[in-house]
Amino acid sequence: MINVIVELSKYIILTLMIVYTFHCFYMVHRQSEEEKNELLHQQLILIFFMDFTAFLVIYLKTFDFKVILYYMEMMAYFAGIQILYRIFYRKASLLLLNNMCMLLSVGFIMLCRLDISTATRQLLIVIGASAAALVIPVMVRKMKFLRNLTWLYAGIGVALLGAVLVLANTSYGAKLSLMGIQPSEAIKITFVFFMAALLSRDTSFSAVVKATVIAGLHVGILVLSRDLGSAVIFFVAYLVMIFVATKKKAYLGIGVLGGFCASVAAYFLFGHVRQRVSAWKDPMAVYQNEGYQIVQSLFAIGTGGLFGMGLCQGSPEVIPIVKNDFIFSAICEEMGAIFAVCLILVCMSFFLMIVNIAMKIKNPFYKLIALGLGAEYAFQVFLTIGGATKFIPLTGVTLPLVSYGGSSVMSTILMLAIIQGLYILREDEDEEFEKRRKEAAKRARERAYAQREGNF
Amino acid sequence: MHREREISKKKRARNKEYTLVSGFFVLIFVSLIAYLLYFNLVKSEAFINSPYNTRQDTFSDRVVRGNILSSDGEVLAETNINEDGTEKRVYPYNQIFAHAVGYDSNGKNGLESEANFQLLTSHEFFLTQMKNELRGQKNMGDTVVSTLNARLQTTAYQALGDRRGAILALEPSTGRILVMVSKPDFDPNYIAENWDTLINDENNSSLLNRATMGQYPPGSTFKVVTALDYFRNKGSFEGYSYLCQGSITMEEHTIQCYNGTVHGQEDFYSAFANSCNCAFADMGTSLGAKSLRKTSEDLLFNKSLLLKGSRKSSFTLDGDSPTALVMQTAMGQGNTLVSPLQMALITSAVANGGILMKPYLIDHVQNVEGENISTTHPEEYKRLMSDNEANLLGKLMKNVVDFGTASALSGRSYSAAGKTGSAEFDENGSSHSWFIGYSNVDDPDLVVSIIVENGGTGSEAAVPIAGQIFDAYYTG
Repeated sequence: MINVIVELSKYIILTLMIVYTFHCFYMVHRQSEEEKNELLHQQLILIFFMDFTAFLVIYLKTFDFKVILYYMEMMAYFAGIQILYRIFYRKASLLLLNNMCMLLSVGFIMLCRLDISTATRQLLIVIGASAAALVIPVMVRKMKFLRNLTWLYAGIGVALLGAVLVLANTSYGAKLSLMGIQPSEAIKITFVFFMAALLSRDTSFSAVVKATVIAGLHVGILVLSRDLGSAVIFFVAYLVMIFVATKKKAYLGIGVLGGFCASVAAYFLFGHVRQRVSAWKDPMAVYQNEGYQIVQSLFAIGTGGLFGMGLCQGSPEVIPIVKNDFIFSAICEEMGAIFAVCLILVCMSFFLMIVNIAMKIKNPFYKLIALGLGAEYAFQVFLTIGGATKFIPLTGVTLPLVSYGGSSVMSTILMLAIIQGLYILREDEDEEFEKRRKEAAKRARERAYAQREGNF
Repeated sequence: MHREREISKKKRARNKEYTLVSGFFVLIFVSLIAYLLYFNLVKSEAFINSPYNTRQDTFSDRVVRGNILSSDGEVLAETNINEDGTEKRVYPYNQIFAHAVGYDSNGKNGLESEANFQLLTSHEFFLTQMKNELRGQKNMGDTVVSTLNARLQTTAYQALGDRRGAILALEPSTGRILVMVSKPDFDPNYIAENWDTLINDENNSSLLNRATMGQYPPGSTFKVVTALDYFRNKGSFEGYSYLCQGSITMEEHTIQCYNGTVHGQEDFYSAFANSCNCAFADMGTSLGAKSLRKTSEDLLFNKSLLLKGSRKSSFTLDGDSPTALVMQTAMGQGNTLVSPLQMALITSAVANGGILMKPYLIDHVQNVEGENISTTHPEEYKRLMSDNEANLLGKLMKNVVDFGTASALSGRSYSAAGKTGSAEFDENGSSHSWFIGYSNVDDPDLVVSIIVENGGTGSEAAVPIAGQIFDAYYTG
């Protein structure tokens, strides 16, 4: 009987995920609010059933009572966040919220299956971060001075990253954290604020130079700390924001060229960069050393096949740092490649929703922030999934919201709250626009009426 | 209306860069998906079929290890399921395929190791698989159909009899290996029971696959290599002449022809057919160590031999080697060590117009219902010698059968070519008996490489075995 449930669950979870993913994209084409709300509702039900099935399997496979407890805590969190948003932020993007819950769910399931104490810690961090982030949308709206703090953002960023470089201990070959916190995660946000504050006022050549110097400092320190993943993410955000703010393709060209030259230079200057590349080119040849991680990851992905081995049926625990950098491989192994494709599509929908918000905002500062954060998110997803599948060299970053990692999940939740704040602002703008349009129309009608009256 | 259109146009102009950026990111997401699916559907099978992949062993919890069949449909290995659900691997041919098929307990060897992943992967119809999974039953693993031919293998096995040695037979035009025999052998059905005896028995080393891993002096079969080197240096075999007086002395080192036979005046063809040691020792010193080394490395000496688990041959001559060693090496003694596989590959290239086909043991893989899953296609490894060189070496080897040491193979229903060898391995002049050759000279069908340890001259032991295998091949 247990066997039947476990085996069936594989297909049930997959089906739920496929329908959910379909909803993400289908919804965009719906105009009527009612229909949208209905779809959003259905998504929540899909998440609920997916979590229920997955945790039932984990429980049946472990008979650990803590799994049930964990499931209930998790459900309470999801219910709480959904209700609180509906109370306080009626106008927030519920699709974004749903996608956040979906990605968190996938992460919770995988972490709980790997190690329940890690999963518990992750859930606590998520609850704390979400609670703190509840005030953020209000702050975004009220604190108009945020756009004047350009050099403060730059100062904080460079100082903190510098401190990590000087003080931090090395782990997995990189200097990342200070007292258990990875400042680079938070600085992803301040960096975007810096760029947006600078470029929203001034897109002259001198502003671009200033931005380039500060961005160069950030990226340079990260490369020296061997945190290549973050370095690349910062660089991409920088490039995208310069291009969008100045609208000059030339900058994009120079930037891409510069990035290329810098990568080549880094390859020849730093042994750790060369190691990553050699592990990428032929991991089997360097299996005993730098190739080990990626080979184990590919074994997991390949073994999972299209449908996966089923939850608790594979052996993802043999992949090194599976809870952080290689959670995607564990998902592929147990839930299958089709599920993983859906996951990538959900991440893409998540990103497109952010860009969509950016496009609708008029205020250039907020517009740039939304886009910058979105670009960082998308590129991080690309780096971690591309690295785990050996599509690109490994850079060692987490899959936002899915991987275990306090700083990562915290900063992603903050980032989302900021974007929700911006979304609400733009809804306000829309409303104002509507109001003004209506008033204008009314005035026009009155004028026409008056004219007609006058004629008679 | 007009104004609204104006606004939306303005909006679009304002957002052109945003659209571009999101387009770029959509592209990278799509490429991620494409690569993931590409890896899963195309590359993953080859990748995860690696000895490093510990997950393979957990496959046996869900899959019943598949069968191994011979190319003529005989079962070489199968899994019997007892009533209590335990599984037993059974080898109906007992010792006959011991090394080629290998074993699956106390480690893995032979095809059991090479095809481990395929045997533990199930391509049963997916509904059957779902049904099995729901019932908690194992899926049936795929069947591996080897290139080995049970009838020929049995013939070869019996022809070798109680003697030690190894036999390989393969198709030169494809690389398919039809026969792989090694003795002494063991019974894979009782590998676990006899394990301790087998691994401690250093006199017999029965577990060693002599066909691919044996290291023997090549004896006169090496004269094929020396002959090729001669041709590459002089451009022709014509005009060669040598007066054999039964022995040759250079720098105080004397080499004798077999039994001290005096061959008299010889051209290249008769020197080769007579297997004249004096002529080849003389030839070797004039060619020099470097040239011999170059040609032998072109023929895969000191190189990996294209078949998993095989051992490299070793050719040690270099510029500093003393003349005595060069003389010895040129006629097939010295420090040179080869496996029967090495000599089979050289012969195969000669028989196939100079092109060596990659040798292989797995013909195809099918699911338990017999539907084809994947087929090994013959693959060219590379050209080891020119068409002309192959033709001339073939002619030399044809003469050996027509007038020389392998004349026992002449006058049969098929034509044959080859080279015998007596590889001395101790001071008393005891020798291993070698034969390399192929049948149907105009369009070669089958290459054999045979060694009988301590079997005397090539014509005494190895040639008759070749005859039995060729006979069986053509009467089949």
